[in-house]
Amino acid sequence: VNAAANGLKIAVPRGALFEETLDLLDTLGIDTAEVRSNDRKLVFPEAGLVTMRPSDVPTYVEHGAADIGITGKDVLLEQVRREVYELLDLGYGLCRMIVAEREGSNAMAESLRRLGAVRVATKYPRIAAAHFADTGRQAEIVEVKGSVEIAPLTGLVDGIVDLTATGTTLSENHLVELEEICECTARLIANPVAHKLKAAEIDDLIERIREAVAP
Amino acid sequence: MIHPIPPGTRDVLPDEMRELRALTETLRARFEAEGYGEISTPTMEYEEVLRRGDERVAGAGYRLFDEHGQVLVLRSDMTIPIARVVASRYDHVEPPYRLCYFGNSYREVSRGSGQAREFLQTGIELIGLPEPQGDAEVAALVIEALSDAGLKRHRLGLGDGSLYRTLLAELEVAEDERMPLLEALSRRDLVEVGTRVERLGLASSASDLLTTLPTLRGGPEVLELGRHEPVSPAVENLRACHELLAERGVADRVIFDLGLVRDLGYYTGAVFEVYDPAVGFALGGGGRYDDLVGSFGRDLPACGMTLDVQRVHVALTAEEREGAA
Repeated sequence: VNAAANGLKIAVPRGALFEETLDLLDTLGIDTAEVRSNDRKLVFPEAGLVTMRPSDVPTYVEHGAADIGITGKDVLLEQVRREVYELLDLGYGLCRMIVAEREGSNAMAESLRRLGAVRVATKYPRIAAAHFADTGRQAEIVEVKGSVEIAPLTGLVDGIVDLTATGTTLSENHLVELEEICECTARLIANPVAHKLKAAEIDDLIERIREAVAP
Repeated sequence: MIHPIPPGTRDVLPDEMRELRALTETLRARFEAEGYGEISTPTMEYEEVLRRGDERVAGAGYRLFDEHGQVLVLRSDMTIPIARVVASRYDHVEPPYRLCYFGNSYREVSRGSGQAREFLQTGIELIGLPEPQGDAEVAALVIEALSDAGLKRHRLGLGDGSLYRTLLAELEVAEDERMPLLEALSRRDLVEVGTRVERLGLASSASDLLTTLPTLRGGPEVLELGRHEPVSPAVENLRACHELLAERGVADRVIFDLGLVRDLGYYTGAVFEVYDPAVGFALGGGGRYDDLVGSFGRDLPACGMTLDVQRVHVALTAEEREGAA
C-alpha cells in the first residue's frame, strides 16, 4: 500500500493550496483520484493521505499523526513554536502578507499620530504583532476568524494584516496595500521523530519532489 | 463539581500510578545495578545559583519570592541542580560520579499546545568521565534500561552539539551571520538555512557542506560522509562512540545524526535524543556538558541524559497494543 508515498502518511492542505498539492502528488505517482472525486471524505489510507485545513497541518505533523505535510509559510510563521522540520520550499501558492487600510482614509497614520497606537484586525495575530513591534509602532491586534476585509469598513479597526495573492479582494473592498511583510509559498514539513526513524523514505520523497518542482 | 487544576498539570489515579511506578522501578533497578545511585534535589532553588549553570534555563518557567524577597525558581531540568550538588558536596570523593534521579520538572508551555507544564523526568548523569567513554556509557545504559522496561523499537539519535558552530567558524563565516544560522537550525528550518547559506556566497563545496550536513543521519556510513577536515574531531568522537557501543551490543539502536541540535545552551560535545515510532516527540535527550560543573567551581567533564517518563509510558502502552494485535 501507498508505495508511491514510501509508506509515509502525508497531511494535505485543503483550500488555496489543495489543487497544486494534488498535482504535485500526482507527479510523484501518488493516486489522488479518490481525493479529487470525494470532497466529504478526509482520510485516504490507501494513498497515505489525510486532508485538513492548512492551519491544522503543523499540529498533525508535530504530534506525529502525519509523518510529513504541506502547508503555507504564513501558517508556519504564525505557529512558530511548532516542533517540525521545514524541509523544502515548494515554490507554488505564492502570496504576500501585507498591511492594508481603507482607500484614502489614512486611518493608520492618523491613529498612530493622535492616539499613539493603531488598531489592526487579522487572522495572523503573531505575525501582525511581530511586524508592528519590529517597526517600532504600538498596535492593538484584534483577532478575527473570517473575512478580515470588512473589519476596517465597519470601523472595527484602522487597518488589516492579511494574505493576498492577486489583490482582487482588497480592491473590491476599497482597501489599499501599505506595506509588504513577507512572501509566502507552500512548504514541506516533517515530524522530527519521523525525520530520524524514516530518514530514507523521507529523503527519497524529497529528491523526487525536488525533481518535480525544479524550475 | 469540577475544581480546576492548571492546564498542563495532571492528577494521576491508581491504575496509571501502578504502571508508572512499575516503569520507574524497572529503570531505577537498571541504573542502580550499573552503579548510578539515586539523588534528590529541591524542587525550588535560588535563581541566581541556577543561573550560573545556564542563563536561559534558569530564567524559564516559574519564579516566586520567598519571605526574604529572594527569587526562587521551579527547576526546569535536573542537570543543573546535580552539577551544583557535585561541585559543592563531592569534594572528598574521587570522580567519576554516577547518579540517577526521578522527579518533577517545570516549564512554560504555550496555550493549547497540549504539552505538560509539570512533567516527571528520570535520567542519569556521569560526571568525571571524558568523551568518548562517558558518552558511550550513558547512551548504552539508556538504550538498555528502555529495553528492560519493555520497549522494542526505540532508537537513540547521536550527534554533536558543537559540530555546526565549529564548521561555521572553520569556514570563516562572518560572526554576525553565525547566530541566525544556528537559530534557524535549532528551529529545524532547513529552508531558511539553505537561503542564508546561499546568501553567504561561499565556494560551492563549502555551501554544500553547510546545507547537507544537517540532513546527514543514519547508520555509521553517515560518519564517512561527514569526514571533512573542519569537523573531523567531532566525527572522530562519534566514530569512537560507535565502536564502544558496538562492543556493548547496542550499536544497531543508534542513528548517527550530524544535524542533531538540542536547545539547551550548555552542551559542548555529543548530544542525544531518544525516539520511539509510537510517539511523535522525542522521549528524552541529553549530551556532554564539559563546562557546566566548572561553572559551579569544579572542573569536571560530564555527560547525561534525561527521559520524559510519561512519554515512555505512552510508547510502552503502544508497544503492548501492537504486540497483542
